Amino acid sequence: MRYDELPPGPITFLPICDAQRTGTWRTFKPMIDHKRCNHCFLCWKYCPEMAISTDITIDYDYCKGCGICAAECPRKAIRMVRE
Amino acid sequence: MKKMITGNRAAALGSKLARAQVVAAYPITPQTKIVESIAEMVARGEMKCKYIMVESEHSAMSACISASATGVRTFTATAAHGLALMHEVLHWAAGQRLPITMVNINRALGPPWSVWVEHTDSMSQRDTGWMQVYCESNQEVLDSVIMAYKVGERADVLLPTMICADAFYLSHTSEPVDIPEQKKVDDFLPPYKPKYKLDVDDPHGFGSLSMPHQWYMELRYQMAEAMEHAKKHIPEVEREFAEVFGRRYRAIEPYRCEDVDYVLMGMGTMADTAREAIDRLRSRGEKVGFVRLRTFRPFPVKELRALARGIDRLGVIDRSFTFGYEGPLFTEVKGALYGTPQPPEIRGYVAGLGGRDITVETIEDIYRRLSKKKWKGEEEWIGLKMEKR
Amino acid sequence: MTQGAKKGQQEVRKEKRPTIPTEEYVTKGHMACQGCGAVLAMRYLLKALGPRTIISTPACCWSVIHGQFPYWCLKVPVMHTAFEGTGASISGIAAALEMRGVENVNVVGFAGDGGTADIGIQSLSAAVERGEPIIYCCYDNEAYMNTGIQRSGSTPYGAWTTTTPGESWKKRPKKNMVEIMVAHEIPYAATACVAYPEDMIKKAIKAKENKPAYLHVLAPCPTGWRYPPAEGIRIGRMAVQSRTFPLYEVDHGAYRITARPRTIPVKNYLESQGRFKHLTSDAMDYIQQQVDRRWAQLEGKAGSKLK
Repeated sequence: MRYDELPPGPITFLPICDAQRTGTWRTFKPMIDHKRCNHCFLCWKYCPEMAISTDITIDYDYCKGCGICAAECPRKAIRMVRE
Repeated sequence: MKKMITGNRAAALGSKLARAQVVAAYPITPQTKIVESIAEMVARGEMKCKYIMVESEHSAMSACISASATGVRTFTATAAHGLALMHEVLHWAAGQRLPITMVNINRALGPPWSVWVEHTDSMSQRDTGWMQVYCESNQEVLDSVIMAYKVGERADVLLPTMICADAFYLSHTSEPVDIPEQKKVDDFLPPYKPKYKLDVDDPHGFGSLSMPHQWYMELRYQMAEAMEHAKKHIPEVEREFAEVFGRRYRAIEPYRCEDVDYVLMGMGTMADTAREAIDRLRSRGEKVGFVRLRTFRPFPVKELRALARGIDRLGVIDRSFTFGYEGPLFTEVKGALYGTPQPPEIRGYVAGLGGRDITVETIEDIYRRLSKKKWKGEEEWIGLKMEKR
Repeated sequence: MTQGAKKGQQEVRKEKRPTIPTEEYVTKGHMACQGCGAVLAMRYLLKALGPRTIISTPACCWSVIHGQFPYWCLKVPVMHTAFEGTGASISGIAAALEMRGVENVNVVGFAGDGGTADIGIQSLSAAVERGEPIIYCCYDNEAYMNTGIQRSGSTPYGAWTTTTPGESWKKRPKKNMVEIMVAHEIPYAATACVAYPEDMIKKAIKAKENKPAYLHVLAPCPTGWRYPPAEGIRIGRMAVQSRTFPLYEVDHGAYRITARPRTIPVKNYLESQGRFKHLTSDAMDYIQQQVDRRWAQLEGKAGSKLK
């Protein structure tokens, strides 16, 4: 962005997902065993990064590795693996 | 139509004529009649606006900020402690580039408690990024409210304006005021249509974080540029106002400053008294004039430099003081004239704090001091009761 | 009661469809800590309220979570303000929308516990007293988390914070914001917890129809409560199960407890977080007594008999 492209004042207009991939924050990576997964949507529901989609795939560009999905999965289908 | 009205009533009428859409205000002496007047006009259906009866001045300005960001014209009024309480968010209003207009009745800050006139309250806010004008008549208060929106709402300005009026001398004193017709004001001041606002159909974030490496400093530079644009547009608007309404205002208003050696300078209602004193002095053969400074922010450097050419001495009268240094007007005038070829000698005088009267005799006394050959180099306090044992 | 339920695990349900709306209004890539409860509070709130929502947020974690100018992480308009004035800010937005003739927009104040119970309480109280057409949602992480975990009026009895360290652990009870709101004769006030999104969303939808409304959402914070981020939802669940944070609503003065999970001892909840690790068993017994007392009071107001 150039100076002459600045809006009048601090007014945001771009989505932050374009600016940073928070996946780099991770130490542990969630790995889903789709054979155990019963599509209960709990991991999708509780993910604070919105990094799990409704078809239960993880967007590793943004997953911060908090582990909530693994902790909440009733089928123990998600393992946190150190990267 | 000419009516005898107080400064408070003039301020309220100015906001009505300017079609302020949201008013959020909290009462404080001597501004209370502004909020009461607006409440009455709203209750009678004469003013189409939402009046939010907030619980503090900080909230008054906070509500105005968010309302203005939602794309409506906003107005508020306060004084002294109320202004001080909103200090934090005065910075916010300017930083978010919102053209809010506020009438500030200049009143001394306590302790000790005082409800009477002093300029320290608004002087303390001179860093906030608000434009500031100091009025000397109720007519000027009303007119300034209308002009403030016209300047502030320009896309290359987008800054708020503080219209300062002396406590009681203006707020509570009735003067003849020519109240403009609504239609004329509507033609002069079109509706506020900002490019960015809080709108579910065009979502944006307002006011978020900015990092050191980008873009905080650039946004601040942008504000400095906006003030430069204002310097250009204020006289344009003043000229246009004169064409439509027949009253002309200027950043500085010299009185009988042609062919003088000495000039006195001040702001607010002391100007009227000073002009009386100048007439008396001149009838005695003294070569002295007076200049009223109306626009304090943006500071009228160019106009002051033009005035100062060819005068020997300039006596600046401050109705405020910055402890640990000197009166702010004195400091700023000196700064503006520094580096000009052959600047006048500039002397400073502190008068009228806490509502102490500035009379014709006060001005004559100041002139006498200005005329003395020797000067200690410090600002002099006028009219103190200094008997000592 | 199974061992699992005692420790706050999910009661196994076979959900085959999402039980909450699927549209997202918070984008990925935001700046919150790993496992942040405050993000879930915003996420669920917006799922309930939809895109015709304007958020006003003061200084709090969410000032930073959005990211840096010119980026932001919501799909709805956001007004950032100074710390104290959320109540005033939302009043201003609502008034302006009315003057612009814009209808059917939820004006929402979204603030942390500091900006709600402490520095922001004055403007919130005034906005509710004036009956402004707004929703106020406090996401309660029980301390001034954004500035580094200093105590707030909403910090619970017994907690460590950086300003209640060591022997100075907080020995004053948590301010009850819902009761304060009820004292204003507010149309609708409720507690919620990010571990119970369905309950929270139901309440947010009710809030839409009963303005001014107040939602107090418990948002566990791994950084400030001292637990591994993965435990966040479990800890939120235990807060409710232990009755430390009952889920209830007050609809025009009528109290209703909205969740009655199987009870667990308060001790289990306290032991799950590092911020309580200094507590002696006497202190924990005292906390259990206070929790029981408050629960009995709540049951009384809700009109049901003590079990």
